[in-house]
This record gives sequence, C-alpha cells and structure tokens, in this order.
Amino acid sequence: MKRIAIISGKGGSGKSSITASFLTLAKNTLAIDCDVDASNLYLIFNPSVDKKHVYISGKTAKINNNKCTSCGLCQNTCNFEAINIIDGKYVVDDISCEGCYLCSRVCPFGAIDMIDSGENYIYSGKYRFGNMIYGRLSPGEDNSGKMISELREKADQLAKENNIECEIIDGPPGIGCAVISTITGVDDIVVVSEPSLSGISDMKRAINVALKFTNNVYVIINKYDLDESNSEDIIKYCNSNNIKVIAKLKFDKNMVDAMINKSSIIEYSPNCQCSTEIKKAYNIIKSTLDK
Amino acid sequence: MKIAIASGKGGTGKTFVATNLFTYIQKRGVNVVLADCDTEVPNSLIFIKAKEKEIHKVMDYRPIINPDICKFCGKCVDYCSYNAIFYVPSLKKISLIPELCHGCKACSVACEYGAIDDSELEIGVVRSYKDKEENKECNIFEGRMKPRELTGVPTIKSTIRYATIPEADYYLFDSPPGTACPFIQTVTRADFIILVTEPTPFGLSDLKQSIETLKKLNKPYGVIVNRSDLGNNDLTQYLKNDSIDLISSIPFSKKIASSYAKGNIEINENPESEKYFKEIYEYLEEKRLKIKL
Repeated sequence: MKRIAIISGKGGSGKSSITASFLTLAKNTLAIDCDVDASNLYLIFNPSVDKKHVYISGKTAKINNNKCTSCGLCQNTCNFEAINIIDGKYVVDDISCEGCYLCSRVCPFGAIDMIDSGENYIYSGKYRFGNMIYGRLSPGEDNSGKMISELREKADQLAKENNIECEIIDGPPGIGCAVISTITGVDDIVVVSEPSLSGISDMKRAINVALKFTNNVYVIINKYDLDESNSEDIIKYCNSNNIKVIAKLKFDKNMVDAMINKSSIIEYSPNCQCSTEIKKAYNIIKSTLDK
Repeated sequence: MKIAIASGKGGTGKTFVATNLFTYIQKRGVNVVLADCDTEVPNSLIFIKAKEKEIHKVMDYRPIINPDICKFCGKCVDYCSYNAIFYVPSLKKISLIPELCHGCKACSVACEYGAIDDSELEIGVVRSYKDKEENKECNIFEGRMKPRELTGVPTIKSTIRYATIPEADYYLFDSPPGTACPFIQTVTRADFIILVTEPTPFGLSDLKQSIETLKKLNKPYGVIVNRSDLGNNDLTQYLKNDSIDLISSIPFSKKIASSYAKGNIEINENPESEKYFKEIYEYLEEKRLKIKL
C-alpha cells in the first residue's frame, strides 16, 4: 500500500484542490478525506453513500435530578469546571465536560449517567474516479485525531476489499493531533504553502512535523505570483533543508471556477499553468512511489 | 463587547479581519484588546508590532504514579477512561502514558494508598504584549499550544482569561478554524460572532456548519464575505434567504493579498480599504450599544 498525504499548516492553502487534481490523475487509488472538521472533497466529487458508519467520539455526563441530592461532590471533584448550579439544580455543561466518568464514579447516589456525546459519521462510496471514504465530525466534538485513526483503519479495509494499492489523503489544517493521525504510516507528504509570512511560518511548522514521519516531504507553492519574493524565500528554505519544491502554481481564478463546477482544475482547465504544474508534481511523486 | 472572529473554513481571512479591525478601532482612540486563540498556528503577531511583556505557562494536571507505594490494586486503571496507565501487575510495573493523559485526576481520586502524587505539565503558553509603551496594560495576547499536545483548549481558555482585562470596550478573539472544540471554546466566551467566509462551495458548506453550531449555542452572529468577487451567488442567496446579516463584502484585491503576504496591516498600507472596517465597526457599535441598554 502506497500512501500520499496532503497537508499545509495554514488553512486555505489549496490542499483539497490539489488532492482533487491528484485523484484525477491517479489510477486505482482510494480517496480519503481526513479533514473531518470541514470535509470538502465530497463537494467536488459527489460520491454515492454505500456505507455510513457511526463513530461515537466520547461520552458526556448527565445528572439525573430524581436521584440527585445536591450534595455537590461531583462539582468539587470535576477537574474541568463542567458542573454548575442552574435554578438550584446541579447541571453538567456538556461543552466543558470531557467525558472522563469521574463524577459518575464518585456520586454516592448513582445519579450520574454517561451518555454518548457526538454522533460522527464515516461515509464510503464511489465517485467518478473510484472509491472514496470521508468523515464528518459532529459540530463541537473534540477533533483529537481518534476519529481520523478510525477513518484510516476503515480506509485500509476498503482498499484491501477492492484491491486498491494507493491511497491519497486530504489532510486537515494545523499541526495538531488531527494532522498527526492523518500522516501516520504515510509514504509521501505534500505540504501546500502560500507565499505569505503566515503561510511560510505555518509551512515550516508543518514540514517539521512531517519530517518526523517520513523523509519524502515535498512542497507545492500555491498562488506563488502573489508575492514572488516570499516564494523565493520558500524555495531557498526548501533547498537548504533538502526538500523538493515540486510545483509553483500561479494564482488563477480557474481554481475557484473548477470548484464551482464540481471538478478538479485538471478536468476543468487541463492546459492552464496550474494543471501543467500539478501534473508535473504528480509524476515526480509517482516515480518515487514506484521505486 | 467580546467578539469572536471565526470561520468554518480555513484561510477565509479571520486574522486579516481581526488585525485590521483591531488597528481601525485603536485609531479611533477606543480601548480594544486582541486575543489570538488559534493556538495551533497563531499568526496575529506577524502583523502587529508589539513588545512581549509577559509569558504565562499553561499547566495541566498530570499524576505521578509511585510504583514503590503502589499496591497494584488496579483501581486507578479502572478509573482511567483513556487507557493512559501502563499496568503490568505481575511485573510490578505501573506508569503514566503521558500522550494519552487528559488530566482528569480520576486516578488520583481512585487511589486509596497515596501512591499518586499531583504534578503539572506545561501544555501551552500565553504571551502578553503592548503595542504602545504608554498603555497601562497589555492589550494583545497570543495563545500557543505545545506541538503534539492533545488539545489547545486549555490554552484557549487561558488566553481569553488573560485577555479579559477590565474596562476595554472591545475584545477581539481571533478564533481557530473549524467547528470542533477549539472553535466552541472560543465562541462560547464571546458576545457576538463574526463569521468570515468566501463565496465558494467550500466556504458555503463550512459556513452552514458554523451557523448550525452557533444556533445550538444560542450566539448571535453576522457574516463578512471576503474575496467576494471570486465565486458564485449561492452564498449571498443563502444569506438573504435565511435573513443573516451581511456585515461587509470585501472583494479580492492583489493589494490586499500583497499586504497580507508581507505581514502588513492593509489599512495602514492602503487607506482606501478603511471603508470596509468602518462599515464593520459601525455595525458592531450598534450591537454594542444595544447590549448596553
């Protein structure tokens, strides 16, 4: 199994647009959208929903007022300040509740139940280039990467069932747990950057994290012509750290139009500069994967 | 008034709006605080020249399990909901797996033999800054979580706590993207939420998710559309149909992109952009005065 993950550090750099393009070029590949907080790939590819799997991300405490004697032990014990008194009754604030079970364990009257908190979904199905699997986190849930680990496991199963040998993974922004779960066990990581000071700062953080998981880290500079001087700095940084810059994409309104048209840029405008560069980049990655 | 500047989708312009709005309000001589709550990748201080005055460590509870006192009863392991205790009683081995620990203290409560001591781990920092030496107090705060830590939430809570200095008229919280816990912990502490979006299918989809969440939290909100001429009309139609306030519409401009890329405040570089922030400020002032009444 060969795996490519696309991350960025900075949000809005163009991960999903580039992932969609790679998927357009790839053969016998499973599309995986690990940005479970803000899934976007399915908006372009409109996959069928063949399987819907519910993932319960955790528990939340609920106080049964019929059994509660207002002794206050739960509130004193809770380390997350998640139990308040509202209208004379003890109530769990489910935004702050971490579902650790401690209050339910210490309550002398068995007045606290632990109930399933968020219902998150993992969907798998088919789209015009093959199979896709993606997740949608229930709003407000903790995006700690556990769901993404589950999603990756289901993805591997799906790939095995369908004799698929390659996975292309659209990652979340940032560098936290969710990204870590996305890039674990991956062969190649593509970091999509934009030539702004924020983008460069986040790119460096993303590269540092990526290098802990694989030596095959590549950079794509998106919208490079919005600041050519910063783009040069990115190239210098990558050169001095032995990281290959595999594409420089011009800022192009076609990227937005493609999205609106529910297609990748490769499908929408196959001869534009962005498409040409992305094809070049994909071939570079493909050749190292094949080795 | 506490205002969270948020977005479901990353890269729509939260920090752009937060830093320029902060600058605009300051220019009016109004007492305003900026708090960068995007603790995974905080960027506001790239744009604002400020002097770091204090660093506050954000500490989280961690137990220290003492295998010499431990009676290997296993009660702490039963109490732990996160499989964070490595426990092999036959080999008299017990220790914390720090990467999995959520700091809930359940193990410490469980232990009847005093084998668990309380300790703390630094999981993030909050930095306080002044952008003018004459300021009485720090007016800019940045929360930064330690990479590889489980969650930025305690750092966000701390950042907002430090940032809520008395007597500011405005507190601006530059929020993390998404609709998960970090977003919730930021907006829940605000009086009003500005959602920054872009008129693309991704932007619209993520905006709807944000709004669904804000409705559940019963928080008032309004929308700013950034790069308003790069996309289609679905977003404006949606805002109209659902009677959602469109606070301002900022078209794409290479000048704005360039200021942002260079780490500059747009309204300082190109004063003609002030009109957008004037519009935003007047909208907020109306809200603020209503809350006062």
